[in-house]
Amino acid sequence: MAILNNRLSAEQYKEHFSDIHPPFETKEAAMVEANRCLFCYDAPCMKSCPTSIDVPKFIKQITTENIKGSARTIFSSNIMGAGCSKVCPVEKLCEGACVYNFMDEAPIPIAKLQRYSTETAMKNNWHLFERKKSTGKKVAIVGAGPAGLSCAHVLSREGIDVTIYEKESKGGGLMTYGIAAYKVTPEFCEDEVNYITAIGGIDIKYNHALGKEVTLEQLQQSYDAVYLAFGVGLARQLDIPGEQLEGVVDAIRFIYHLRTQGYSAISVGDSVAVIGMGMTAIDAATQAKRLGAKHVTLIYRRTEAEMPCTQHELDIAKLDGCEIIWLAAPKEIIGQNGKVTQLICDVMKLGEVDSGGRRSPIPTGETFSLNVDMVIKAAGQIPFESLVSQEQIEHKQGKITVKEKTATNLKGVFAGGDCVNGGKEVVDAVQAGKDGAAAIMRYITL
Amino acid sequence: MADISVNFLGIKSPNPFWLASAPPTDKKINVVRAFEAGWGGVVWKTLGSQVKNVSSRYSSVDFGGHRVMGFNNIELISDRPLDINLKEITEVVKMYPDRAMIVSLMADNNRASWHELIKKCEDAGAMGFELNFGCPHGMTERGMGAAVGQDPEIAKMVVEWVMEKATIPVITKLTPNVHSVVPTGKACVEAGTNALSLINTIQSVTGIDLDTLVPNPYVAGKSVFGGYCGPAVKPIALKMLTTISQNEITKKVPISGIGGISTWKDAVEFMLLGATTVQVCTAAMKHGFRIVEDMCEGLSNWMDEKGYKTVKDFVGKSVEKITHWEDLDINYHHVASINQDKCIHCGLCYIACEDTSHQSINLTKGQPYNTYTIKEEECVGCNLCKLVCPVDNCITMVEKRVAPEYINWKDWQRMGLPLNDH
Repeated sequence: MAILNNRLSAEQYKEHFSDIHPPFETKEAAMVEANRCLFCYDAPCMKSCPTSIDVPKFIKQITTENIKGSARTIFSSNIMGAGCSKVCPVEKLCEGACVYNFMDEAPIPIAKLQRYSTETAMKNNWHLFERKKSTGKKVAIVGAGPAGLSCAHVLSREGIDVTIYEKESKGGGLMTYGIAAYKVTPEFCEDEVNYITAIGGIDIKYNHALGKEVTLEQLQQSYDAVYLAFGVGLARQLDIPGEQLEGVVDAIRFIYHLRTQGYSAISVGDSVAVIGMGMTAIDAATQAKRLGAKHVTLIYRRTEAEMPCTQHELDIAKLDGCEIIWLAAPKEIIGQNGKVTQLICDVMKLGEVDSGGRRSPIPTGETFSLNVDMVIKAAGQIPFESLVSQEQIEHKQGKITVKEKTATNLKGVFAGGDCVNGGKEVVDAVQAGKDGAAAIMRYITL
Repeated sequence: MADISVNFLGIKSPNPFWLASAPPTDKKINVVRAFEAGWGGVVWKTLGSQVKNVSSRYSSVDFGGHRVMGFNNIELISDRPLDINLKEITEVVKMYPDRAMIVSLMADNNRASWHELIKKCEDAGAMGFELNFGCPHGMTERGMGAAVGQDPEIAKMVVEWVMEKATIPVITKLTPNVHSVVPTGKACVEAGTNALSLINTIQSVTGIDLDTLVPNPYVAGKSVFGGYCGPAVKPIALKMLTTISQNEITKKVPISGIGGISTWKDAVEFMLLGATTVQVCTAAMKHGFRIVEDMCEGLSNWMDEKGYKTVKDFVGKSVEKITHWEDLDINYHHVASINQDKCIHCGLCYIACEDTSHQSINLTKGQPYNTYTIKEEECVGCNLCKLVCPVDNCITMVEKRVAPEYINWKDWQRMGLPLNDH
């Protein structure tokens, strides 16, 4: 057993990491589906979208061949509508709410249609929004992820000059660095950032981390308002013996490397255990398998009924050949010569319902062991607690406390997205950015 | 099993489905294929004076993702030499003596031309004629086609010429490009036509190319009005058919119904309003001759289900059910009812009623599904909600008579009863 890179041929990598939800190949194909849409009133799909995209309207606009109008409808509500069409868990949002589900018919492929309109707009470089004349007001945003970009776009449209401070060398946040490669490509993420910032008035300063290259105090002094959208990023530790062994990695790092270094450069074990059952766990497991790992096992301490990922995501993992062990919690990682060889797990059972509304797992006393050479930790991400404490921002376990969705305890400092909610979908972050922009507008025009 | 054969003025065909005079019936190869497929008869594409066709010839209207909801053409009568047509007619009649072979005619506008054409076609073996008084383009400028059908006097004159010579049944085909088909229909019956057929195509512009700004169909940067047909015209055809079936003079002759017939159901509707046979073109042009299989089977199954042994048992049965507005029962009232178990919460009934009708539907907000219920006291029973609902039988109309007795508008006025509350 060994952790190796370059396990596959170039063709295999290409095949394994090609688009998992391919777009419509022809206009006619999009039309057939668009024409199925009933054009519901006060539509459940729209009401199930965190950014309230007017889904019936944009689909109707596809049927009238008003693709420019369709794209504008989407982007007006969600400037990352193109990316969201690829990464949103639509089966629990818009498509899950589609009224066709009541008729036991396939729901409208809303994401695919959204991708059709938005990609057409991006491909043709349609500029659908015009920036108002500069007001002379300046806002600093920390983080060029979905929340930051969404906030920046709204502000820029209103004639406010925006500067974004981003710690990485590229924009897009977790879209660029934290999502499975078969959902979005690095090229797409870059195109999307460029498309959003093409409106003008948005200056992104890359490789500028808050607390290092720039301080909150400096931003407060130089700008009319500050929006914090730096996300989460630290992987939750397992706090078990052996966690420091070679071969134990965290999912965020693993996916980050995959997205930044190219597939063949990424090492993966023969036999990989992935801890957790959220979207990131599924992404890590499927990517490991697609990089050439022989065995991938997802370990989850509760049951299928409590899993955070969607059924659709679980199915992808199963179809990729990942195995799943329910009711198992990592207890100890065993190694030889400093390298992982075994994972010992507690067998769990479900106890009382906890504060989160789910039955909490408790050890049965039994254990089992798996022979593995790699352990990927995907048991959740934790906020940048020391960063927020250091800047005197009110928080709960690192999650920034806000009033009216966006205002922090510091005057003129607003926050939104994962750094407030602890980690939700891209589409939630986009809405947070819109809310933040609205609050900032109110604040600076007072 | 029901007997779906028909006898139209002595012309027998194994089923009431004829192909209308049009490109599908303009030569032997098509007609033989049609008869192989099972069509009961054809009306051979109009023969007459020599013409030349242009390119292109057809255009259509698509709707909601469906192609060819309506269709139009600027094609003229047969552009093949008469001799070839006649020779082929003879050959086909010999091959399929059990099928109806009607020949459509449009001679130059003089008696001698009509007589000569009739003689030649009878010699070729035609079983009946259909006089083309309907073609709305190309021929009209030369005083033929719709130019004849739009003027009862001229139509009467031509029919009289034809009846002097013809020894086989004559059907006169009416143009819909008039405010009423009845005057020409009456004139033709009075002139002796043995039967009527309707409708021919309706003058139309199907659309415009938004890049070139040239309407369809395109001919070297220009277009002309084309004859409209296909599913879109069926309701208009049924209305015109009804007026012919209800008129004391025109109802005396058998009718061949035409206009957007695509299925056995469409055919049954035409027959219920008085057609003995029906003619099809657009549906065959869209799907090929094979559509006749389901037409025959569907008709036969429906007849069995309803207990009709022959088509005579139901032809014309709905004619009397179309009445005058002032004879409608004002005391009849029904209101919509939404079956909540079937409702899919699309809100289409609500927005249609709220924006455009009588604000008779309640909306109770839900996340994400709203609940919709009928305000019975506001509902006028217009049917709109039921029509737009995408689920069969989710919205039904429940009868709630205002009073048990029948009363019409004339009586209502005479008795000085109150108008609607508003």
